[in-house]
Amino acid sequence: MFEYAHIIIPSIILGVFSRLSMLRSDYRQYPSYPQGVFSHITLGIVSASLGAVAVPALAEKEFAAVTFLALAAQQFRDVRSLERQSLDNIEPTELVARGTAYIEDIAKAFEARNYMTMLTGLVVSIVIYFLERRGVSVNLSVLAGFIVGFAVIIYFNKAIRRETVQDIADVRPATITFEGPLLAINGVVIMNIGLKASRKIYQENGIAVEIIPKNENGIATLGNLGQRQAIQHNASILLGIRKDVDEPDFTPIARRDPHTGNVVMAIVTMEPDVECLVQAVKSTIVLESAKRKPLDSRVGRKAAD
Amino acid sequence: MDIGIKEDILAIITTEKELVSSGTTPIFYARDEEEKERISLLLSKITLGMIHDLENGSYIIVRH
Repeated sequence: MFEYAHIIIPSIILGVFSRLSMLRSDYRQYPSYPQGVFSHITLGIVSASLGAVAVPALAEKEFAAVTFLALAAQQFRDVRSLERQSLDNIEPTELVARGTAYIEDIAKAFEARNYMTMLTGLVVSIVIYFLERRGVSVNLSVLAGFIVGFAVIIYFNKAIRRETVQDIADVRPATITFEGPLLAINGVVIMNIGLKASRKIYQENGIAVEIIPKNENGIATLGNLGQRQAIQHNASILLGIRKDVDEPDFTPIARRDPHTGNVVMAIVTMEPDVECLVQAVKSTIVLESAKRKPLDSRVGRKAAD
Repeated sequence: MDIGIKEDILAIITTEKELVSSGTTPIFYARDEEEKERISLLLSKITLGMIHDLENGSYIIVRH
């Protein structure tokens, strides 16, 4: 075995494990399985290796090797634009669009996860290298590397966990009424539906929710159009939307009550179950690009009371 | 690239001749309420537009 194998190999293993722990192909099917997942695992191996070899390279006084980290950063920025491009390309094929903010969020997450993989590899290699130099036996320092590595993975997974709508708002079932052709939810007018047949479908099968922000931060975040688009997309994916391209009447639209900042949304689904809709809305992630925190400023706090 | 008309009134369907006049948008006259619904539905399927009710006997079709 070569000289630094006991540093590099555990670092790569933990780095890849860290990437795997963040790679879940759930109901969103993004990254898509199997091709999308495999390309991300491969990239994970590359980034874990880059993190793992940095310390041994320095130990060998190969300072140029550190520039590889910069190269890696460049590479992962490309990952972000790649993801964005691919999602942008398939956007017109979605019945209910994800929206640019959601796409940006996904792309950002993929970039960040590669950095985390690299950092995990780096931390593990640092731990093993320095423990060994302090005279700790190889086996023991590798063990310590593994323990620290797992701690880092758990920490990173916690650190990147995103809030969901239920953290910033209450979601309640709401009622759909028609004032002439105007569809209203809890009194907030959403849109003008001309066709009587469509109105009937809304009255029979339509379900609606009201999203009530918990504080001013929630109001500002839910006001963001990208966040609302993400909620619409999520609800339509989870419940199955009853709509085709030639039926724009049934596009779910989340509108804001301008007086209170509450958001209301009506949707016609395959299974009209309002409890499921509430759950679907609650489980939508709060987009990083939509998040606003006016309460963190003095002016915002003062304006709120 | 996909090029099309959006955010524009594509057609007006009305039973009230004297209320509507248009230079550019096509107007479809209907004899009664039922025919108005039918024409609107057919036009909206063709244009992929949405039907809106102006409550004065006229429907408009808008592509959003």
